[in-house]
Amino acid sequence: MSTTQSRLTGSANDPRIKARYRKEKRFKAYTIAALFTAFAIIVAFFTDIISQGYTAFWRAEVNVTLDYNERAERIGRFALAEDMRDIASRGAVRSIPLEIKNNPELAGTTRQTWVPAYSRIDQYLKGREELPPELARQVDAMVEAGTIRSSFNWAFFTSGDSKLPELAGIFSAAVGSVLVLFVTLVFAFPIGVMSAIYLEEFAPDNKLTQAIEVNINNLAAVPSIIFGLLGLAVFIGTFGVPRSSALVGGLTLGLMTLPIIIISTRAALRAVPDPIRLGAFAMGCSRWQVVRDHVLPLSLPGILTGTIIGLAQAMGETAPLIIVGMIAYIPDAPSSIFESATVLPAQVFTWASEPRKAFVEKTAAGIIVLLAILLTLNATAVFLRRKFERRW
Amino acid sequence: MGIGLTTLLLLAALAPLGFLAYRLGRGKALSAMAAGISMHSRPQQYGWYSVVWMGLPALGVAIAAGLLSLFGVISPARELVLIVSLAIALLGLAQGLRAIRPEVRARNALDGVIRWLLLSAALISIVTTVAIVLSILFEAMRFFREVSVWEFVTGTVWSPGDTFLEAAGRGDEVGENTSFFGSVPLFAGTFMVTAIAMATALPIGLLSAIFMSEYASHRQRGFAKPILEILAGIPTVVYGFFAAITVTPIIVDIAAFFGLDASYSNILSPGIVMGIMIIPFISSLSDDVINSIPQSLRQGAYALGTTKSETIQKVILPAALPGVISAFLLGVSRALGETMIVVMAAGVRPNLTWNPLEDMTTVTVSIVYSLTGDLAFDSPQTLSAFALGLVLFIVTLSLNLVSTYLVRRFKQKYD
Repeated sequence: MSTTQSRLTGSANDPRIKARYRKEKRFKAYTIAALFTAFAIIVAFFTDIISQGYTAFWRAEVNVTLDYNERAERIGRFALAEDMRDIASRGAVRSIPLEIKNNPELAGTTRQTWVPAYSRIDQYLKGREELPPELARQVDAMVEAGTIRSSFNWAFFTSGDSKLPELAGIFSAAVGSVLVLFVTLVFAFPIGVMSAIYLEEFAPDNKLTQAIEVNINNLAAVPSIIFGLLGLAVFIGTFGVPRSSALVGGLTLGLMTLPIIIISTRAALRAVPDPIRLGAFAMGCSRWQVVRDHVLPLSLPGILTGTIIGLAQAMGETAPLIIVGMIAYIPDAPSSIFESATVLPAQVFTWASEPRKAFVEKTAAGIIVLLAILLTLNATAVFLRRKFERRW
Repeated sequence: MGIGLTTLLLLAALAPLGFLAYRLGRGKALSAMAAGISMHSRPQQYGWYSVVWMGLPALGVAIAAGLLSLFGVISPARELVLIVSLAIALLGLAQGLRAIRPEVRARNALDGVIRWLLLSAALISIVTTVAIVLSILFEAMRFFREVSVWEFVTGTVWSPGDTFLEAAGRGDEVGENTSFFGSVPLFAGTFMVTAIAMATALPIGLLSAIFMSEYASHRQRGFAKPILEILAGIPTVVYGFFAAITVTPIIVDIAAFFGLDASYSNILSPGIVMGIMIIPFISSLSDDVINSIPQSLRQGAYALGTTKSETIQKVILPAALPGVISAFLLGVSRALGETMIVVMAAGVRPNLTWNPLEDMTTVTVSIVYSLTGDLAFDSPQTLSAFALGLVLFIVTLSLNLVSTYLVRRFKQKYD
């Protein structure tokens, strides 16, 4: 009798109800587990990248005596004492013959200075690579004596790419990124905002408008590499834009960013309530006056937010830029949009394909810088939205 | 004179002319109004009206000349184009000023011009799509002139390598028929990596979305959603590095622990990392869809005494299915076109296998490898990239269309 009753009243002691509640708890646990898996992945990801890359912001430097002797006039390495030649960077003394040539009084003098250490020494001191025991003892002794020090790696931010890991930096890639983004912005922003204004404020609801809308939504989902093929075939093949230049990269990314800007601008325009338009019309404004004087100023924060997000996406893009040739070795920063250039993510890609171990650290450090910039951009966008968003 | 310099000179000459036109047009309207004549529009609008008369025909002529010479119809000297456009600008200026009369509706004319300008900007997106289709189609046709479609679709050997020797003028060192363009192994690799990615992304993404929309409090949701979105903002080249440097060695170690032999460019690692990349797409789309299911469905189910999970499994998910499928399809289309992760972490050897621990290559990897380096622009290897790109474009486009269709149907049902 008691079981029947409990079934009828649905008592919590009923084993079937208990089973259902257990099932309920299990299912909820699954969903929480899924979310925490995703969080764990994010934490693991950032820990991994940062732990691999943070050491690149410091580098080992050696105190050496540069001897501007006769042999050093031809080969810079000979300016170093013999036991320093495996410790100091080859790249640091490469320019000595030129220095002597430009400044002949230097010949015969000596000078004490700090130069970057050879990348293997640097990696040894960071505990990432082994050295032959004899060399390791020498380096340890020099660290004791204070003739090897670790200092902040400014060169990573001020120099371009190099075949020597200890001298390689992100400067030229950063300049390339700025140039490419500039072209992207100049190309995509006006056209994107104009298209959005047309579609949202002017367009009649006809077949052409619908075709444009479907088109823009589809363009936003085309794989980025396809835009690279387009850039290669149309900009380089047909229009003859120089390969690897910031111009072709910027135009290609511009086509890619265009739908993003259009979609977010339309959303921003749509958020402006109709009474504002109607009020302006009632005062006798023409459609363009309504848009220019009333709708655009109100939707500007939204438009800027969308543009920043689009640019951030363009900045992290690599695949289409590889297709248009922007992975060249660029030691010196480009000075115009027509010169060969590379961008930060492409620099990360080139370093990642270097077999030498010292470049792993550089790659991760490049990634840290890239992620920091992208996070700042996105945070700015969120801040703008929070600050200027108006609920009507 | 270069084309850049010509454009610059033209714009430099038109700018002061435009300023002049604006001042003169406005001045004429102002003086007319001072004389007591009632004008239809505001004085600035007459200023802009004469600017349009001055600039539009001149720019039109310059652009037309540029297009004509680009497509090789006629190529007039750039100096000539410059002089003619400037002459037209001056004529236009005179005409514009002459046309300013009280009954001229400058404001309406301006609105018309602006409308056309905006429309032409909107048409650029159509032009882009057409350009993608035409350029890729054109290059792909050149490829299919040399390689039969049948071989491309059904062949199981992809080895374009020897055409490199032909391009270098050493074709006679290569035997007959040594380059094969059978794309099946490439598509098998793409399929494999997509399947692994979706197997990773779908459960995590969908279950997270269910938690966020059904279980989480407002605060938890406001915290979890932006964190998941971080994953969407990470550049793919970073994911590629993560896959190659961190995930691949872990997989090789785990495989070795179970006595299995995994390749250092196994397809499992890029697949999993690609799945991580796709999680936010699945979760935010599913979240939207689940949220837009009317509350009455839930309340109806609760009234029948179901638990929350039963409501989700038996009522919410079936109702949200079209939306979830569309999120899934969008994820698939992302995975198919994803390039950097596979370029950095997957193999380059076309390999037809079911074993995810072996190295495989994908369509996007072969596109990248056939277009980097110093290859001749018209060698079959270079052109093969466009054929592969064409297939990729068609497949992703169809997936997107199906996905938008499903979402629209879903929205119509519940809105």
